[in-house]
Amino acid sequence: MDPIRFGEMLWLARMPILKGLGMTVSISALAIILGTLLGIFVGLSLTYGARPLRWLVRGYTDFIRGTPVLVLVLASYYVLSTVGLDLTAFQAGVLALTVFCSSHVGEILRGALQSIPKGQIEAAKAIGLTFRETFAYILGPQALRQALPAWVNTAAEMVKASTLLSIIGVSELLLRTQELISRTFMSLEFYFFAGLLYFTINYAIEHLGRYVERKTAVPS
Amino acid sequence: MPDHLLEIEDLHKSFGETEVLKGVDFTMDKGDVVSVIGSSGSGKTTLLRCINMLEEFEGGTIRIEGEVIGYTTAGGHRRRKPEKEIARQRALTGMAFQQFNLFPHMSAIDNVTLGLIKVKKLPKEEARAVAMRWLDRVGLGERAGHYPGQLSGGQQQRVAIARAIAMNPHLMLFDEVTSALDPELVNEVLQVIRSLAEDGMSMLLVTHEMRFAHEVSDIVVFMNDGVIAEMGNPREIFPNPSTRRLAEFLKTSSFN
Amino acid sequence: MGYTLNFDAVWRSFDLLLAGLALGLALAFAAILLGCVIGLVTAFALLAKSRMARMPAGLYVTIIRNTPILVLILFTYFALPELGIRLGKIESFILTLAIYSGAYLAEVFRGGLLAIPPGLREAGLAIGLTEMQIRTSIIVPLMIRNVLPSLGSTIISLFKDTSLAAAIAVPELTFEARKINVETFRVIETWIVASLMYVATCTALAAIMRKVEQRLTVPR
Repeated sequence: MDPIRFGEMLWLARMPILKGLGMTVSISALAIILGTLLGIFVGLSLTYGARPLRWLVRGYTDFIRGTPVLVLVLASYYVLSTVGLDLTAFQAGVLALTVFCSSHVGEILRGALQSIPKGQIEAAKAIGLTFRETFAYILGPQALRQALPAWVNTAAEMVKASTLLSIIGVSELLLRTQELISRTFMSLEFYFFAGLLYFTINYAIEHLGRYVERKTAVPS
Repeated sequence: MPDHLLEIEDLHKSFGETEVLKGVDFTMDKGDVVSVIGSSGSGKTTLLRCINMLEEFEGGTIRIEGEVIGYTTAGGHRRRKPEKEIARQRALTGMAFQQFNLFPHMSAIDNVTLGLIKVKKLPKEEARAVAMRWLDRVGLGERAGHYPGQLSGGQQQRVAIARAIAMNPHLMLFDEVTSALDPELVNEVLQVIRSLAEDGMSMLLVTHEMRFAHEVSDIVVFMNDGVIAEMGNPREIFPNPSTRRLAEFLKTSSFN
Repeated sequence: MGYTLNFDAVWRSFDLLLAGLALGLALAFAAILLGCVIGLVTAFALLAKSRMARMPAGLYVTIIRNTPILVLILFTYFALPELGIRLGKIESFILTLAIYSGAYLAEVFRGGLLAIPPGLREAGLAIGLTEMQIRTSIIVPLMIRNVLPSLGSTIISLFKDTSLAAAIAVPELTFEARKINVETFRVIETWIVASLMYVATCTALAAIMRKVEQRLTVPR
């Protein structure tokens, strides 16, 4: 290990690393946003959907949750082009992570909604609220609060899962790191550095989550 | 001169800044039944827990049959005895807890045999025989295979007492054993304690049951604010308390 | 699109997939066994009185939980040899997954330990058991019962993580699937079969865990 040489290499490699970091952030952000939107649909369908819809969505989540993310990523990458959908590796990867994210968010939301005591729905009915109003004023806000910690956790999961896109050739942080290592042979230093960057991002997300949780907590 | 069964000298114990025991002196002999009474926060449960080293204490000595409990003092340095030694000394006393504390994943009989096998190193069969004898004694021989979750509070407490007594302790400590019970279950537990007392078991009870204390105890110890405020035969001090504190305490407790 | 499903090529290589699945299960099994030991020691350290025990344990858990497992896998396999620690692919992967799972299991176990009433330890002390005897006869058996549901999902997610061994060319299911995909071009069939094998295995694992849970449930 040679810290000075590593410093030089790091400085020389700052642009690829930054680009990789940018890519990692875009992948994660897209997957989290799209996955959450899709996940809200999944969660609502699982909780309030009509029976056929509920079964369909249940099958979807069980299938996704039973499959490793790497398989989702590879399948999305290889399969979609075979059926004529020409997606870039980036698009295919983001799609796979979105699907993965949605099944998690769906389950989290379902859990949160079902943890709200039935009596509250009855109380809302009793004061004459419609289901839409009950959801907007009573169920939704409580479920959000309840789901927040797990959702933040999922967001950190997405950042970690974004590394899998390196396997299908998306130039995110990990692939950039591997490219640098193949040129500099400094695997110890660069893997460590990449790990540190990921750690920092996730640690920040975790703490942001705790902060938001404190801010939105109901006094008790 | 033969050693006392239990001898406590100038016992001091604090939780952080709060001193809970402020110099307790007390002796009892083999066969004595002693009840410790007093309002909550007076230190009576802490006293019991110090005797079997569930609490550490900063000052004073506790002796059981002349043997100093928990600490060695050499050259002015007071040091906690090794864990193995403390475990052995703990087995000199048996303890029944307010919350029973039965091991929920073991049947009643396994709760009783655990210590016999692991501590007393009895062979399994012998341990089961001893355990059955004690379960029968507390009236639960037929429930030996039941798990704590399948027993009522009173039954659980009786198993817990059997578990403690099966270890053949020289002194039984009872820590508010009826306080967590529904009123209709209190009697079956008191009945067990009463019969043990009649058999000459030495015991020290922390209790809120004044009538019971009055009936079974040779000595009642009234604790107030971390010290023993008054002690004596309940038939003498209950009708004629010599301190105002005990008089007030007796008036406010449900003695009737 | 002119694509007709044809599973013949996949069936011809099905024994490869099965062998891959078996290897994945073996990897998961070995890693979890080791991980349980690491996790148990760490969990007790996390709850220890001494800061000297809590600090390193907390650091370990935080670092591992916030670092992508793929980075850890690559680091162990490619970077550790620079420090003179040379491991075979399989050993390297098992070690990584064990250390990784240890951090998650430590959190799971910690929760299980916290749920045990302190009075049970005291009751053990009162009949003269040593701290070690109390741990082995009372605390750990109860903790295991407390954590079975989350232990189950941790085991399943670790099994899915064995797919990442493909990244260092360990011939488990995902690696074999990718190979068949590239060799036969039966893309869709390959990934359908591979993911169904994962889903089926996860379902079976979940069923086994439920059985274990039933067996260990204390009658009440």
